[in-house]
Amino acid sequence: MAPQPKLKLALYWAASCGGCEIAMVELREKLLVVDEVAEILFWPVAVDVKYKDVEAMPDKNIDVCLFNGAVRTSENEHLAHLMRKKSKVLVAFGSCATEGCIPGLANLYDRQSIFDYVYLESPSVDNPGKVVPQTAYQMPEGEIRIPKFYNTVKTLGQTVDVDYFLPGCPPQPHQIWAVIEAILGGKLPPKGSVVGANEKTVCEECKHTRQEKKIKKFYRIYEMIPDSTQCLLDQGIICAGPATRGGCGSLCTKVDIPCRGCYGPPPHVVDQGAALLSAVASVVDAETEEEAARIVGEIPDPVGTFYRFGLPSSLLHRAQLKKKTA
Amino acid sequence: MSEKNFEPRIIGFLCNWCTYTAADTAGVSRMEQPANVDVIRVMCTGRIEPSFILKAFAEGADGVIVSGCHPPGDCHYTNGNFKTFRRMPLVEALLAQFGIEKGRFHWGWISGAEAPKWAQLARDFTEQVRSLGPLDWSRQLASKED
Repeated sequence: MAPQPKLKLALYWAASCGGCEIAMVELREKLLVVDEVAEILFWPVAVDVKYKDVEAMPDKNIDVCLFNGAVRTSENEHLAHLMRKKSKVLVAFGSCATEGCIPGLANLYDRQSIFDYVYLESPSVDNPGKVVPQTAYQMPEGEIRIPKFYNTVKTLGQTVDVDYFLPGCPPQPHQIWAVIEAILGGKLPPKGSVVGANEKTVCEECKHTRQEKKIKKFYRIYEMIPDSTQCLLDQGIICAGPATRGGCGSLCTKVDIPCRGCYGPPPHVVDQGAALLSAVASVVDAETEEEAARIVGEIPDPVGTFYRFGLPSSLLHRAQLKKKTA
Repeated sequence: MSEKNFEPRIIGFLCNWCTYTAADTAGVSRMEQPANVDVIRVMCTGRIEPSFILKAFAEGADGVIVSGCHPPGDCHYTNGNFKTFRRMPLVEALLAQFGIEKGRFHWGWISGAEAPKWAQLARDFTEQVRSLGPLDWSRQLASKED
């Protein structure tokens, strides 16, 4: 029997931290199996293949592309379109590509305010020439260009058609492996599915017991040492478990650290932040409006807390942009 | 719609037992109120998920009203309005971070016997939102990125 042709695999990172690449390496000895069954055509972090090499490939040449990172710049956007064109199956890999993740929190600001702070106002900045990035700059040797930094971070799915979503910050190695096995075995679910995760919330996998207690004060994690058996939310620690898809094995709550919500909303939840807000408000023990307002008012940065991983994919996507004065 | 002849679109989530009854009474009593408020009747304000409010803004509302029974004792379901007053301050804080002006969201209590109060709220809130101008949230993502 002729040997089966190798699976043609590509991996790309857009606006991401590199944690998704680490998650791939965390496959450890199974990475050798991946290498055995797949030919890696493109993986900037590990393989020296240039964009122009990918551009030269015939369309749909790549069998599967695991695309991590959000779409923050024109380069990210270009590569999203390119990888879509060259790949049969495009997988949004990790939280950034799936729902925007930490880079997406910048959607509370716009390009101007980010540049102003990062290049001019931040206390650690020394920039006497007030240099801020330009997309093009004239040098004696010719014009040099860098990608455009957009006002809004978008998810991969908001930019191009995506076949599968593999959530997690980063996706857990056993889940990545399960997906690779499914790809190799040709057992992929219907297009548009979330893969490598569960259908129920993190609470289903959590060792802590919910007792529906009510609390008078929310605590941040440095303010108390939580009990290892009781629900963290019952103890006044904001835990995203009730509004987050399981599949990670409740890694964080296993060590008494609250869930931060990186696997995104469970099925049928439209807006993870709104769902978490409801869950958090439900544990507040208040008999009067004033008391309720005081207790929930102590929660710092509600958007950053409730939408830590999903601001770009939320109902509102971003904070209101200033209207153009035309 | 140009800003000149702007008519605000307002979504009012009203509880069946109190504020909806008040709005109904205001209607049949022919109290003067603008046609800008589209009322969505819910069984209880405790039923209003924060995502309803966000969805309203995301899909074109210029303002949102949430109104139900006076706490502590008016709620038909004993404590539905308690759920509301625990959630809504957080929704307010959320909307502020999203840059949605304070005047575009109102939550409070109007009993079934307070029809004039409803008519007054509908008038005042509509004018308040009118002065803020169109919200037009779809433009946040619609534009080809610049």
